[in-house]
Amino acid sequence: MTESLISMIVVFVLATYLGAALIGRVPPTLHTPLMSGANAVSGITVVGAMLVAGAGFGWLSSVLGFLAIVFAMMNVAGGYAVTDRMLEMFKKSPTGGAK
Amino acid sequence: MSPTLVRLIYLGAAVLFITGLKQLQSPETARQGNRISAIGMLVAIIVTLLDQHIVGYGTIAAGMVVGSALGLWLAYTVKMTSMPQMVALLNGFGGGASLLVAIAEFLHARHDGVMQPVDVAISTHLGVLIGAVTLTGSLIAWAKLQEVMSGKPIVFPMQKTFNGTMLVVVLVLTGWLATSGTAPDGAFWAIVTISLVLGVTLVIPIGGADMPVVISLLNSYSGIAGAMTGFIIQNEVLVVSGALVGSSGIILSQMMCKAMNRSLANVLFGAFGAAAGKSTRTSAGLAVKETNVEEAALQLAYAQSVIVVPGYGLAVAQAQHQVRELTELVEKRGGTVKFAIHPVAGRMPGHMNVLLAEANVPYDKLVDMDDINPEFERTDVCLVIGANDVVNPAARTDPSSPIFGMPILNADLAKRCIVMKRGMSAGFAGIENELFYGDRTQMLFGDAKGTLTKLVAEVKQV
Repeated sequence: MTESLISMIVVFVLATYLGAALIGRVPPTLHTPLMSGANAVSGITVVGAMLVAGAGFGWLSSVLGFLAIVFAMMNVAGGYAVTDRMLEMFKKSPTGGAK
Repeated sequence: MSPTLVRLIYLGAAVLFITGLKQLQSPETARQGNRISAIGMLVAIIVTLLDQHIVGYGTIAAGMVVGSALGLWLAYTVKMTSMPQMVALLNGFGGGASLLVAIAEFLHARHDGVMQPVDVAISTHLGVLIGAVTLTGSLIAWAKLQEVMSGKPIVFPMQKTFNGTMLVVVLVLTGWLATSGTAPDGAFWAIVTISLVLGVTLVIPIGGADMPVVISLLNSYSGIAGAMTGFIIQNEVLVVSGALVGSSGIILSQMMCKAMNRSLANVLFGAFGAAAGKSTRTSAGLAVKETNVEEAALQLAYAQSVIVVPGYGLAVAQAQHQVRELTELVEKRGGTVKFAIHPVAGRMPGHMNVLLAEANVPYDKLVDMDDINPEFERTDVCLVIGANDVVNPAARTDPSSPIFGMPILNADLAKRCIVMKRGMSAGFAGIENELFYGDRTQMLFGDAKGTLTKLVAEVKQV
């Protein structure tokens, strides 16, 4: 195994534990926005898609890259927007008490 | 831009994702957290555009515009009740993107006539496997949730053997392609095809009611697929983000399973109720007490404390707004109102909370199961609307019941319990609910929205 692969595996394992520690403390009331927000983050594949689409590897790579960017950007734009839409609705009780 | 600087900026993007996730720990900071995460994504995208390997921008720009437009259109038109379908679709697209990148990387290496290094080759084929399973599995989950296809489990003979064999074939082909330069392209396309089929055959035997677990799990897969892409293109930010999403999905699946008192293996591989015996208790000889709107309104109007137990039936009837109106009236008269939320009350984790938030119910009134259960005994009136199995005391008391051991909301312990229901049909698990026959329980029959509207009118007149 190469050095870079080992360091990537280390990063993967540590990030998994970090994710578990962070997610375990998200209150159940926010689990749906958490999932749609996670969708948006997994849209990071767009980085790989851009490298494929823009590298000038030929038409087939460009087509695959284009489709990959479309898919990933739907995750990114759709995920963040719908999460924001949901979180906007979460409101606290009016503290004044009077209605 | 130097590669070192690019990598450091990617690290900055990863930190922004983590900060965003951390802020999701409280509803007060969650919205800001989501935006911080979005900024991280923007940074990652901009830095990638500056990458020296990129020579053409036309395709990238076109893909960005089309994808963003479709994504935003979905995000702003989706109904909150359809959120599980939306998440299922997005899971699928995430998996699809990873699949396409993996295919493109393989073709590129073949085109250049070079053999991928073994580690990259293995990552590529695993990326294809996970990406393809996520893609087709999510589409099936979407179809079941959208009721385009029946929610009933679809089984065929030797299903598990078939799935297992296919998985082994994919792994063998992966080993062959990774180690031998002479393996034909056909072996790769076989991996792609089998993986796409596997996504379908893995999800079709799972019932519609178990979809919350499945979409949580596919959420996790879409993250792992992203991490695999990171291994292929040797990019840490993809590995970190993919791992974060991967662990998030796994944790949510486990929470859902715990709330249903089932193991993940049981959800994925065992049709519900197949192994569980029939409860020995029946409703024979028991009678329910029926009440009417006037009586129920009086009880609610004079209650000091009320707990509402909303079920998915409430959302189906689109009666969240009527409930909010009713609870506001009770509060105006000096009573306190809380909502008891069972983890599987909606169609995905936290779904019921979103539906109530949409109806302007403040989030601090929504209380999780473990926190509210000790309060039922001190509560004057518990109003159960469209919930059934999650308030069935048999889960606590009847070891022969199929749901025995499942954590429930202790609605039966409240001083009085009003159950709003269409009729006496059994719940999803098809079992009798002892709560309906309890001494303190009164049944209020009718459709949720209509009855609630009448209740609101009655309470106003008290």
